[in-house]
Amino acid sequence: MENRYELNKNLAQMLKGGVIMDVTTPEQAKIAEAAGACAVMALERIPADIRAAGGVARMSDPKMIKGIQAAVSIPVMAKCRIGHFAEAQVLEAIEIDYIDESEVLSPADDKLHIDKTKFKVPFVCGAKDLGEALRRISEGAAMIRTKGEPGTGDVVQAVRHMRMMQSEIRRVVSLKDDEIYEAAKELRVCVQLLKYVHDHGKLPVVNFAAGGVATPADAALMMQLGAEGVFVGSGIFKSGNPAKRAAAIVKAVTNFNDPKVVAEVSEDLGEAMVGINESEIQLLMAERGK
Amino acid sequence: MFVGVLALQGAFIEHERRVAELGATPFEIRELRDLSKPFDALILPGGESTVQGKLLRELGLFEPLREKIVSGLPVLGTCAGLILLAKSICAESTVHFAALDVTVERNAYGRQLGSFHAQAPLLGGAEIPLSFIRAPKITKLGNGVEPLVVLDGVPVAVRQKNIIAAAFHPELDEDRSFHQLFLDTAAQAQ
Repeated sequence: MENRYELNKNLAQMLKGGVIMDVTTPEQAKIAEAAGACAVMALERIPADIRAAGGVARMSDPKMIKGIQAAVSIPVMAKCRIGHFAEAQVLEAIEIDYIDESEVLSPADDKLHIDKTKFKVPFVCGAKDLGEALRRISEGAAMIRTKGEPGTGDVVQAVRHMRMMQSEIRRVVSLKDDEIYEAAKELRVCVQLLKYVHDHGKLPVVNFAAGGVATPADAALMMQLGAEGVFVGSGIFKSGNPAKRAAAIVKAVTNFNDPKVVAEVSEDLGEAMVGINESEIQLLMAERGK
Repeated sequence: MFVGVLALQGAFIEHERRVAELGATPFEIRELRDLSKPFDALILPGGESTVQGKLLRELGLFEPLREKIVSGLPVLGTCAGLILLAKSICAESTVHFAALDVTVERNAYGRQLGSFHAQAPLLGGAEIPLSFIRAPKITKLGNGVEPLVVLDGVPVAVRQKNIIAAAFHPELDEDRSFHQLFLDTAAQAQ
């Protein structure tokens, strides 16, 4: 199993410096692949529509996911509800490349996350801070992403979560060895994982930004704040010119440190996703599953 | 020795670390101006070959790098890097640098559930660890292509003149001998 976990962390390493895009149809998946997505997230409704529709949001129809798997050669991810291990089993049965145990869907368990060590397929999980990230990793997550606030086009929460994680990591690095035990208790995480963070100055798995990224500059911002890659959900297929915007965000992630490139790709992208401000929304998905 | 590492997408930092451990100086190639510095060797890392192939062209890096490779710059390609170097890709019409006379099949071992670890000897010597992540398979070797590592009868790393390529990820495991072999080859070319 240890071997499998290493391979699963390795796949996330291959996704680094890339953009993972939400898609709802094989046609969208092909547009995303052609625009340079390093993976796609197959789901029936993008987060902005889930938010608008309300009600219970569940795992997508396996047939729809298989249609997307058949359409592209890049890795395909799909979401299951927090704690819904039977949905995860279904996704593993159709050989998904990565499962996102996601707060975007309605949680199925209000206390426990999935025991991800029981699966061969890798999991990515959302986190707002270092404690959440390390708890998910203890449960077997092979990749972490910020929660952000999905479906809003407002990057403020992704920024808050990434800054929080990075500043907590810096604090842990500065601790003396004998202070790590108390810090582990405070953060409610296991000592070995915290020791890894202390020694290496980073999470033991790849960490992406997600939630509210809508423009090339948003993506460059998250990369400069320490993200190793970016998920873009509603931001692409809710915009005026998805193919162009998707390709622009891909380039902005590669050359996030060169404002000239980001400026060039930001030109003439058409209408961005309208978005909702953080203060205007009723439901904070990021508060699900801590 | 200066080693340019293509840093458009994927696991390039892992290669940089390994190259630095072995005493060479890595630097990242992300856009055209990065090619203004002279360098002695090039690494094409793992990642998604579709993404890297597209960005190479759109950022204007493709032609200058292709010219360097065909004119003998020592180059190491791993996984996606092997696909970028291959002369032919099964079931696909788009090829990239097409400088290494092999045919590869993308995702030949299936999806992530097909990813695996193995061990095999490097050039008939000591065994090295091999990590295959949604790996391509070399299905045909052209003339003058020498297998460096063979696993279950299938060549998984090869060399042709200035080009070394592997279907696995030597940058992910602790063993340094594969990178050492590449840097030795590059040093001889100097």
